[in-house]
Parts: sequence; C-alpha cells; structure tokens
Amino acid sequence: MTEIAETPSAPMPSLSTRFEIVPIVLFAAFAAAPLLAAYSGAEGYVLSLLTRVMIFGIAAMALDLILGYGALVSFGHAAFLGLGGYAVGILASHGIEDALVQIPVALAASALFALVTGAISLRTKGVYFIMITLAFGQMLYFLATSLAAYGGDDGMTLSSRSLLAGTGVLKNDFTFYWVCLLCLLGAYAFSRSVVASRFGRVLRGTRENSIRMEAIGFQPFRFQLAAYVLSGMLAGLAGCLLANQAEFVSPAFMTWQRSGELIFMVVLGGLGSLHGAVIGAAAFLLLEEFLPEILHSLSFFLSEEARSHLAENWKMVFGPLLILIVLFVRGGIMGLLRRPHHG
Amino acid sequence: MNATLLFVQALNGLQFGLILFLIAAGLTLVFGVMDFINLAHGVQYMVGAYLVAAFSAWTGSFGWALLLALPSALAFGLLLEVLVFRHLYDRDHLDQVLATFGVILFLNQGVKFVWGAAPLSVPVPDLLSGSVEIASGLLYPVYRLAIIAAGLVVAALLYVLVNHTRVGMLVRAGASNAAMVSALGVNIQRLFMIVFGFGAMLAGFAGAMVAPILSVEPGMGDNILILAFVVIVIGGIGSIRGAFLAALLIGLVDTVGRSFAPNLLRLVLDPAAASQTGRAIAPMLIYIFMAAVLFFRPSGLFPVKR
Repeated sequence: MTEIAETPSAPMPSLSTRFEIVPIVLFAAFAAAPLLAAYSGAEGYVLSLLTRVMIFGIAAMALDLILGYGALVSFGHAAFLGLGGYAVGILASHGIEDALVQIPVALAASALFALVTGAISLRTKGVYFIMITLAFGQMLYFLATSLAAYGGDDGMTLSSRSLLAGTGVLKNDFTFYWVCLLCLLGAYAFSRSVVASRFGRVLRGTRENSIRMEAIGFQPFRFQLAAYVLSGMLAGLAGCLLANQAEFVSPAFMTWQRSGELIFMVVLGGLGSLHGAVIGAAAFLLLEEFLPEILHSLSFFLSEEARSHLAENWKMVFGPLLILIVLFVRGGIMGLLRRPHHG
Repeated sequence: MNATLLFVQALNGLQFGLILFLIAAGLTLVFGVMDFINLAHGVQYMVGAYLVAAFSAWTGSFGWALLLALPSALAFGLLLEVLVFRHLYDRDHLDQVLATFGVILFLNQGVKFVWGAAPLSVPVPDLLSGSVEIASGLLYPVYRLAIIAAGLVVAALLYVLVNHTRVGMLVRAGASNAAMVSALGVNIQRLFMIVFGFGAMLAGFAGAMVAPILSVEPGMGDNILILAFVVIVIGGIGSIRGAFLAALLIGLVDTVGRSFAPNLLRLVLDPAAASQTGRAIAPMLIYIFMAAVLFFRPSGLFPVKR
C-alpha cells in the first residue's frame, strides 16, 4: 500500500522541473518591483497595488491547493479572508495589536471553521459540495453584518496596522511589502512541499479517482479534510494581511462574489501549479485596475464622452472577457506558457 | 397579539417562499436536466423586474407591462442560451460557474448602463392596491395576497405540465438520464432550449411580480440566487416537488425566524443579549438549516432517482 503511494507519478515531477523557471521569474519580479517603483513617480500606489496582488496571490494559492490538487470546488473561500480580517480587527479593538498574537488566533479560527464546515461539506459530492461551501460562506457573511459592536454592515476601520513584536515596523509601506512577500514565499514553499509529499500524492490520487484510492486502502475523506483545513488557514493568513493592507475590515471581504473571484483567479492562472494561482491573481487584479484606462485609450476613435462612458462601464467588457477566457483559454495562463514546449 | 403577528409573518413567509419557488423551479430543472450550474439565473429575475419597470413606464399599465415582459424575458433567456450557455453544457461545473459569473458581471453593469444605477420603482396596479381586513383589526396588502395566489396558480400549472404532459414526461426522463432520452430519439437540444427558456421566463415572472413591492436595482438578483440554490439543494436537484416544499420551508424559516428569534432567545437570555444574538442568528438560520439537511441527507430531501 505504502509502496504504491510512494511511487512518484510520472508526469508531475517532469512538469514541475520544466517550469520552475516561471516561479523564479515571478518572485524575482515581486522582489525587484519596489526598487523600480521608486522610478515610477507613484511609488505609494504601485506598492499598495502589488501588496494587494501578493495577498490575493496567497489566497488564490490556498484555494488552488484544494481546487487544483483535490478537485474540491470551494465556493466559500472568501469566508477565510473574512475570518483572518476580523481576527485582526476584533483583537485590535480590544487592545491586542500584536501580529504575533493576531495571526495565531486567525489561523486557529480558520482551522476550526474549516474543520467543522469541511467535515460536513465533504460528506457531499460535486454540485452539492459547491453549494454547501457557498452556504457556509454566506452564513459567516451574515454573521459579520450583524456584529453591531464591530461595525456591522459598514465594517470597522483599524486605528493602525498591527504591531510586530511590540514595534511599529509594519506601518512602513516598504517593510509591509517585504513582509507580504515573505509570507507569499513561505506559503508557496509550504504548499509546494505539501503537494510533493506523500500526502499530496494521495490527494491527487483522490482527485483522479477516489474509489480506487479507497480500494488501495486510503480514506479520501481524511486527506481531503486535512487539505481543506490547510487551505483555510493559508487563506486566513491572507485575510490578516488584507486587513492590515487596507487598515479596514468589512463583511465585503467575504461576499460570495469575492469567492467567485478567487476561483476565477485560480482558473485564469491555471489549475494545479500553485504559482499559476499567483499569476492569475496578479492578472485579475491588474486587469480590474487598468481595464478602464485600457478601454479609454483603445477607443481613441470615439468621442471623449463615449470614451469615458466606456471606461465607466468596464465591467461590461470584463464579464464577456471572462466568458471568452473560460470558453477558449483552457489551462489558463500556465497552459499558454506550457503550450510551445509541446508543439 | 403575538398570534396575529405570527399569522402575518407566516403569510409574508408564504409569499417569499412562492417567489423563491418560481426562481428555483427553473433552476432545478436546468440543473437536473442539463447538469448545468447557472449562476446567471438570478440576473434573469432582475431582468424580469427591469422589463416590467420599463414597460409599465411606457404603457402606464402593470397588466400590459406583465404581458409584454413575459415573452421578452423568454426571448432574452433563449438569446443567452444560444450565445453562451449552449457552449457550456459539456464543460465541467467549474467552467460553468465561471462563465455564468461573467454573465452576471455583464448584466449587472448592463442594466446600470441602460437604466442608470438609481433604483426604479413600479407603482402597484390600481386594481390590487390597498389592503383587506383578513381578520378583525388585521389589514394585509392585497398585492401581497395576489402574489401568493399567482405563485400557487403557477405551481399548480407546473405540476400539471411536468406530471401530465408529454413535454413534462420528457423533462422528467431527462432529469433521470439525459443521454438515454437522447438515444431514444428525442431532440435533446430542443428539450434543453424549452426547459431553459421556460426557466428564464419563470424567473422573469418572479422578478416582475415583486417589482412593485421591492426597489428594482442592479444586483437585486444576486442574493436571491443564493437562496434559490439553497432551496434546490435542500429539495434535491431536479425535483420540482422538492423545490416547492423547500422554497416554502425556507421562506417561512427566514421570515418567521427574523421576527421571532430575538423573542425566543429572550426566554433564556437577558433582553439586550437576546436581541443582539437574535439579530445575528436570524439571517444564518436558513444556512444552518441547509447544513443540517445535507448532513443527514447529502442529496437533499427528494433526490431524483437515477
């Protein structure tokens, strides 16, 4: 039994060795960006945008861990972003402002929520799983809107970023950027080692055929639940960082639309490669940020009024773009990068 | 006093449940027959409400507006089917979720583009305005009673259509095994279109009926879509009967829960804590209910036999 599990599956390692250039380039770009940002003239804006990209990169990677490697379509992953965010916000409002306390609490809360909801959700399959994770996400969303003491619908503004071991180093945008990059690298290294381990192979086996995995003596449920908890904790970490980046927490962190966006980031980047999810998050957020301007400059032949009208309604282009990507770009951005090697 | 309040809330719950049923019926059929997750079903409800708002402003009559809105909602649903959804039937659920999510983004912005971001209001038709006394000293709006009546009539028609006509038989067969129906020589593509268009029209009808009592605004379909999903999952995907019972249950649990959870909690907690916790728990009730149902019956209350 163990022998079967430990036999490395042939295609995966060769793929990961062939494409390890992509994550190196990706992380090098993130490391170089703050140095280049100084020349852009809008340093603060570039830094905060890229910090957001990295934070959503962590969240999308967390989702990729179960979606790409376990084929578990969780439609409620934004709930963990909210859990992380509210852990920071609620603790801060009670005077506990150190990230060294806030983050462990956030991780514990995310793990507990993932354990309970995962144990129930994983009893169901397919469409039912999508819907029940959605329901749990909505449950937490409505809980947050009713927390009148912590801002209710409107959310709460943090008085400042978290302290780190009693010091205010995170208040500096540069330091915060580097901390987020370290978290992203840490999360990536951790997820990579999870995926490469025996545990990860069992998870992939379950994705391919859970009945066969059962027949050779594994209990898919345990592996899926453990992966769900890990994924929830990583997303909770992203929530902590997001609250600190925005210095604000609100129920809008965990709307179901946000969960849908996370799924889209993972699919856009390419399922089951981890760094693909980060690329997807970057592509999504940058597109969302710059599509109005892109539309404005592409429509140079229209009148000024029509151009600003078009830029204002950029979502009417974004929606169909999403549909076209789903219909025609199979395998996401990583799939596009991979294709030339085959043909 | 408490009994009358309960009665009024039960009526409100019934009305909400029937609206949910109109949306969930189309969703569950599309889901059951085509194995297709349509997140865009909620925007069809929104489009129905906008169509009725536009037509009633144009004709000045709610009745004419409704008559014009229904075929337009049908046509709109068929247009979406041909343009987008048809290409997604043989894709996995993940692709379907994403592509229909894109449709939501487009249409939520689209109605803003056409009608503006400000909420529209539709006047209650004169014939159905005002209130009636349904018990001594208890007034209830006629229009809400009309919604209940319309919902029950449509539910009955749907029951006859699905259980006692040839098309209904094919739909039920399709929900059990679409490939087999196709192999027996039925034009499954056409059946899909019929089911889809009909579902879109029902959702549009629901939107049209609530337009006079809710504000018609972009994004109004998003939250009701999630509730409709809760309904069909509790009822069992593909089952009209399940959707009907689950919709009424959800409507009642939600409406009655919101007004009575604080009162019930007051029995065990002090008033301030009770109203705080009650407000927190009430909107979560239906999701807790759904989780409980799925825990004991992972395929819903009335699973379609396959």
